[in-house]
Amino acid sequence: MADHFSIGFLPLVDAALPILAHEHGFAADEGLKLRLVKDVSWATVLDRLLYGHTDAAHMVAPLAIATTLGRGRPAQPLAAPFVLGLNGNAITLRPDLAASVVPQGGLGNPAEAGAALRAIALAGKDAGNPLRFGVVHRYSSHNYMLRYWLAGCGIRPDEDVEITTVPPPFCADALEAGEVDGICVGEPWNSVAVERGAGRIVLATAQIWRRGVEKVLAMREPVLEERRGEVEALVRALHRAARLFVDPEALVTNAAILARSEYLDGNVELIQRALGDRLLLDQEGELVHFPDFMFQYREAANFPWVSQAQWLYTQMLRWDRTPFDAKDAAKAARVFRPDVYRSALTGTDAPLPGASSKVEGSLLQPLAVGTQQGQITLDNNAFFDGRTFDPAALEAYVAQDSYAK
Amino acid sequence: MLPATLARMRVAIIDESAVRASVMQEGLAQLGDCEIFVVTERRGLVRRISEIDPDIVLMDLGNPSRDVLEEYFAVSRALARPIAMFVDDSDEESIGASIDAGVSAYVVDGFAQHRIRSILDLAIRRFHAFSRLQNDLAEARGRLAEREVVDAAKRILMQTRRLTEPEAYSELRKTAMNQGKRIADIAEAVVTAHKLMGGE
Repeated sequence: MADHFSIGFLPLVDAALPILAHEHGFAADEGLKLRLVKDVSWATVLDRLLYGHTDAAHMVAPLAIATTLGRGRPAQPLAAPFVLGLNGNAITLRPDLAASVVPQGGLGNPAEAGAALRAIALAGKDAGNPLRFGVVHRYSSHNYMLRYWLAGCGIRPDEDVEITTVPPPFCADALEAGEVDGICVGEPWNSVAVERGAGRIVLATAQIWRRGVEKVLAMREPVLEERRGEVEALVRALHRAARLFVDPEALVTNAAILARSEYLDGNVELIQRALGDRLLLDQEGELVHFPDFMFQYREAANFPWVSQAQWLYTQMLRWDRTPFDAKDAAKAARVFRPDVYRSALTGTDAPLPGASSKVEGSLLQPLAVGTQQGQITLDNNAFFDGRTFDPAALEAYVAQDSYAK
Repeated sequence: MLPATLARMRVAIIDESAVRASVMQEGLAQLGDCEIFVVTERRGLVRRISEIDPDIVLMDLGNPSRDVLEEYFAVSRALARPIAMFVDDSDEESIGASIDAGVSAYVVDGFAQHRIRSILDLAIRRFHAFSRLQNDLAEARGRLAEREVVDAAKRILMQTRRLTEPEAYSELRKTAMNQGKRIADIAEAVVTAHKLMGGE
């Protein structure tokens, strides 16, 4: 057995839980010695994981599924026993474009902003100068959220606008240089663009899907099997870190840890804002508190619902333009491992849902759900367009999407 | 097109550190049969790479633009090129493992010059082998799907026109030949028509 357990990460606010589990000694309490490996591109985070340089990684959830299905490289099954966070991303537009899409002072309304954007997007396309958007990776929740919103507002993401990859640290630059008109990225990179006057935050991705899955802890399936005991210990340590993440008294300390050079190497004030769900939408404005911005703990946010993986699979079909495949669907669903999460946390005070899947987008108000232990009340988890995703009717859902040309 | 090993190899080095890029350029220049392009500007990277049309791209592992290039190559498969990554510290074992795994090669900083060429060649070969594998796979899947639709069409003909299996196949083939189409296309038409007429 190796003497440590290494975790790859990108310097983003939502890499917080492994970092905090390490820094607050929660991993050590579980007998784990963590080693955190920072990289600057998802491709490299993934390479290290697949070549065994790291044992696990902070990863955009769709990339874990794409890797399992062999999209773009030889297939290697990954397993995600823990969700590192829900949402936490935003859409930031060039200030002049933002002004014509969303009224000043506050986040926009997704449907209204989308309708206004549509007219501009179509005019730009007709003039041979389509709007361009930057996302952090093709297989990212950012890409899928942005596309879900655009398509839901009648803007065809591949025909009416252009979507390209822009690494998070370059997002503000790309906006400023006019390379893109909008970005969908995590914190602190929206705020960096706002601080520089390069953009204005118009929507949080939580407004597109209230409880959208974002980053997961991913590992190769054989690693999960061989080091199951350590993985379960890690899940417990991460869960403690998640609880501390939402503790208002720990906010300043946590932000200071994350800002350190070996982690995010960033502006502590901006990081503190993100941890507290506070956003400065534009340079002239005031801080807005949006409690749903980033979900790291509440409502069993760390539980890997199989239905979340399945929804991501439907979006992969939609945007890769590939047909439904029952075997692939089963493999994609299998990436999320509630069984491991349960096994790790049974007997602790962590609440555990009774089910492993749910109808995504079905709740408009709080609902107490059946549990295996503890109590869980889930709140509004709607998609902005009111659609719901029932994993039992996955194929029908995919069929509805095929309109999105 | 000549295999990459015989032609002059077009190598693009992407590095925001102009100094390091020039060190690498020098090392490669001594191999004599490489044409080297250095890109230090991040903006317009994809356009620049498409102009250079390199056989291989070398970049530093610490360059966030790697995701940009991988995306570009993923979207325009015809243009896809191997990306080799340079790292500051690594060991022989992990280099071997990386190359075995497929598309990327990791090369230690301060590489021996006689070795880099073979590493580059290997990276390119591995890259192409993977592309070929994917093409073969896609083709095999296509063929399988075709066989299924031909079988379905045969069953329809056998049931509705009381033909034997060889007769049904012969019908499909004859029609295909008469119309100058592929059997699979005719079979597809039979299945579609059958569905339209309310068949199962």
